Amino acid sequence: MEKASASSWRRMEERYNLLANECKNCGAVYFPQRIVCRKCGRHTKMESRKLSGNGTVYSYTRTHSPADAFEEESPYLIGVIELDEGPRVEGHIVENGKEVTIGTKVRPVFRRMYADGEEGLIHYHFKFAPV
Amino acid sequence: MAGIIGYGAYIPCYRIKAEEIARVWNDDAESIKKGLNIREKSVPGIDEDAATIAVEAARNAVKHAGIAATDLGAIYVGSESHPYVVKPTATIVSQAVGAGNNLTAADLEFACKAGTAGIQMLMGMTESGMIKYGMAIGADTSQGRPGDALEYTASAGGAAFIIGKEKSEQIAEILATASFTSDTPDFWRREGASFPSHGGRFTGEPAYFKHITSAANLLFEKTGFKPSDFSHAVFHQPNGKFPLVVAKQLGFSEEQVRTGLLTPFIGNTYSGASLLGLAAVLDKARPGEKIFVTSFGSGAGSDSFAIEVAEGIEGKRGRISSIDGMINGSKIYVDYSVYLRNRNSIKKS
Ligand SMILES: [Zn+2]
Repeated sequence: MEKASASSWRRMEERYNLLANECKNCGAVYFPQRIVCRKCGRHTKMESRKLSGNGTVYSYTRTHSPADAFEEESPYLIGVIELDEGPRVEGHIVENGKEVTIGTKVRPVFRRMYADGEEGLIHYHFKFAPV
Repeated sequence: MAGIIGYGAYIPCYRIKAEEIARVWNDDAESIKKGLNIREKSVPGIDEDAATIAVEAARNAVKHAGIAATDLGAIYVGSESHPYVVKPTATIVSQAVGAGNNLTAADLEFACKAGTAGIQMLMGMTESGMIKYGMAIGADTSQGRPGDALEYTASAGGAAFIIGKEKSEQIAEILATASFTSDTPDFWRREGASFPSHGGRFTGEPAYFKHITSAANLLFEKTGFKPSDFSHAVFHQPNGKFPLVVAKQLGFSEEQVRTGLLTPFIGNTYSGASLLGLAAVLDKARPGEKIFVTSFGSGAGSDSFAIEVAEGIEGKRGRISSIDGMINGSKIYVDYSVYLRNRNSIKKS
């Protein structure tokens, strides 16, 4: 439990604000962050970069047999979003009455992801909403 | 004087109609809709709570204000449905808006008026020069006991206001504020209780009406203003009826109240209610217009404000979606069973 909340705490900016990094040597943007650039190897020059969270739906699926933590939300949409800055990110797509299909424009929203039981921490995370 | 630098709001897209709740409890839908002046109310998604609503409203406010979030010196979140009893919602908001770590933050609770209490605290802090900007938020996912009359109105939503004293940056100046507070047992919720209780004869006259009119009259005495000086009047709105009645008691017309009266369409958003009403008015108000706002929180107290819209409002219009867009835009209607499921939004892992 203690270990899990420490790792979750370190990755908070990633989960809340889509904090990525960019290799200043070649311009490649990585989310989640990488220490070494895939193209540049030992010439890597990484800097933090906050992504807008705006993008388009690259693929999506409706999950009817969810992981335990999301049992009560089932069925829900999960998708791969191609962000405006380049990286493809997997994430939940919330329903807001607008149609979701491949190519749908999305924006980031802030939602609960799961909670550690009735007494543990609540984990918040970005999700995507159709625009 | 301190003023509003920017504001933002959030209303979940789910709605339940009064007819659907009446169907389950065998109530007469028409008489309830007429009696409470309510058509439908907002319902939080299963993954939404007061913290997610506060964050969405806060992000909109930062965008509308056009300031760097790191210039916020204080964040106060007023709610009676904070997701943690111990672990401030304000910490989650400050991280999620990118305010950095060099600020003070706290959660506030005063039933439905904790958000306006936060604005008053920030007025003092910005005017004294203690901080440059501060953000006060009112957000709730309130619950009524199933079958209780409150179930028709208790809804979800929130609004955030960024306060600062630099006149050239203000979209509206807060000319004056006055408050009235007493120990009144009209409505409460004990630690660990899931639903609030209300004190029958103490609701209404000795609570809502007495506190709002007392705070309003204090403000009128202090400023010399009278109801006809204001283009708009916004009141706490536990249902669609009370604000119209208290407005009439004070000498405001229905026309002055209309723009800021949202409860008939979204229900009572508790800590968000008077602030969302003010946001709806600011969406449409013109420079020079005066706005009267009075909140009410059970327990009980009211905060009254006289606000004057500044020239700066025009330049910031259209930066975020309007309250009208959130109320009349894309919505999902849920039935009573989905409503019950969404209310128990804590998931197990
Ligand atoms: Zn590189």
